[in-house]
Amino acid sequence: MDDFYRDYILDHYRNPRNFGRLDRADASAEDLNPLCGDQIRMELKLNNRGVVDDVKFSGKGCAISQASASMLTEAIKGKSLAEIAKLPKETVLENVGIGISPTRMKCAMLGLKVLKSAAIGELAAWPDES
Amino acid sequence: MIATSAKVDRIIADFPILQRPTSRGKRLVYLDSAATSQKPQVVIDKLVEYYSQYNANIHRGVYEIAERATAEFEKARETVASFFNARTQEIIWTRNTTEAINLVSYSWGLTNLKRGDAILVTQLEHHSNLVPWQVLAEKTGAELRFIPVDDRGLHVLDNLDALLDGCKLVALSHVSNSLGTIAPLDVIIPRAHAAGGLVMVDGAQAAPNMPVDLKALDVDFYAFSAHKMCGPTGIGVLYGKRELLEAMPPFLTGGDMIRKVEYAKSTYNDLPWKFEAGTSNVADAIAFAVAVDYLKGIGMEWVRDHERQLVAYALDRLQTLESRGLAIYGPQDPDRIGDVISFNFGDVHPHDLASILDTEGVCIRAGHHCTMPLMEKMGWPATARASFYIYNTEADVEALIAGIEKAARVFKF
Repeated sequence: MDDFYRDYILDHYRNPRNFGRLDRADASAEDLNPLCGDQIRMELKLNNRGVVDDVKFSGKGCAISQASASMLTEAIKGKSLAEIAKLPKETVLENVGIGISPTRMKCAMLGLKVLKSAAIGELAAWPDES
Repeated sequence: MIATSAKVDRIIADFPILQRPTSRGKRLVYLDSAATSQKPQVVIDKLVEYYSQYNANIHRGVYEIAERATAEFEKARETVASFFNARTQEIIWTRNTTEAINLVSYSWGLTNLKRGDAILVTQLEHHSNLVPWQVLAEKTGAELRFIPVDDRGLHVLDNLDALLDGCKLVALSHVSNSLGTIAPLDVIIPRAHAAGGLVMVDGAQAAPNMPVDLKALDVDFYAFSAHKMCGPTGIGVLYGKRELLEAMPPFLTGGDMIRKVEYAKSTYNDLPWKFEAGTSNVADAIAFAVAVDYLKGIGMEWVRDHERQLVAYALDRLQTLESRGLAIYGPQDPDRIGDVISFNFGDVHPHDLASILDTEGVCIRAGHHCTMPLMEKMGWPATARASFYIYNTEADVEALIAGIEKAARVFKF
């Protein structure tokens, strides 16, 4: 668990990538983890081939939720909405490692849940439960 | 140093969970009693006694074990009534504080409130003492008003008279579960009464931690839960003044709360059973009385004193970390707070802090503590919260401080 807070997690927490808002988003969603109050908003811009051209996230919360969301934004450029909708939970787990408790799993999965919600246009299920 | 450590050692020995190391081999340092307290062996034994010796439904059977169960159940009510200086028929068993508050909201509130009336709560309330009044206001058209709190979480009473004008009910917590603020009930209750309003107090965070004399408080309704005061989960109490309870319609209806049932209509049982439809939580009520006797043996004045000294010690120790980015919230005065201290540490989110403390065996709460509007008002996304009880010591505070220092190393500052 101690190695849960690896250097790159802290780096993404303190220097989140693609943080902010888009002027005009083609798809967006936001959600919160009512258990702890973590909040994430994801905004996507698509190019004329229908793949992600730009992405911004915003929100607040723990290092796990914010770093997971930040790392996700780096992984989805060039993907279609259909591909994003199918991203497995392992996309996040590979970044944050294993040994995370069920409660903290929600923090890690929030970014992916919001991203999938933006892709399908409705509230997606928790990736760790589906 | 706290002088009575031999007494605390004896108390610690009464709690089996405190004798067990965590899965990482650490001593369990339980600083989340405001969420739920640990249970002494005598309470656990009482649950086993009921289920293994006289498990039977109450108020029905004429056989020996049913008589015993009924007697223990009603004796438990007397024990609780006497502990809080109330009359026996004024003690209604509920599942918990939340259910007790909902009982008042539905039974008294729907009967007595109308458009043009006001309900007054405070900005500190736990969701359990806010949402039921929001719902009641919506159903009746009554207005929901708020007693403000200042930046330290202390009640601001400057405009109390205006707030009380037209107010039929004031509902507030005795002790705030997120900041520890002790409400000035000695001021608010008489002024509410003078203005023609009733007062309902959420005592979930006060009943476990200080002497509570319901008659002396002159409060109209008071709610608390057993599980925060050494008792089992699933049992709580609504206290209400007898004349108010007698005038109120039943909340839940069905078996045990009736006098006579015909196909078309029914008449209802006397207090307190009028409000206890269906089979009660017999085992937990009986075990709760043992918890109350346990606390009586320790002495509630001692409990309050012990917690005040621990809070003072913890505030001193936490203040040494302020130069390294630790922010303490709330009144920060041991005389004005109950058992909890809320804080944040640099840019370490409370959930990360709680996870790191967990690796050291230290249990704290992190989040909004069911007070989302207060967190929003104060501008805190979440806080870390340490809470203290009879079995905590200065060594537990030191474990908390050491855990926070570990978080500083993990987060590299």
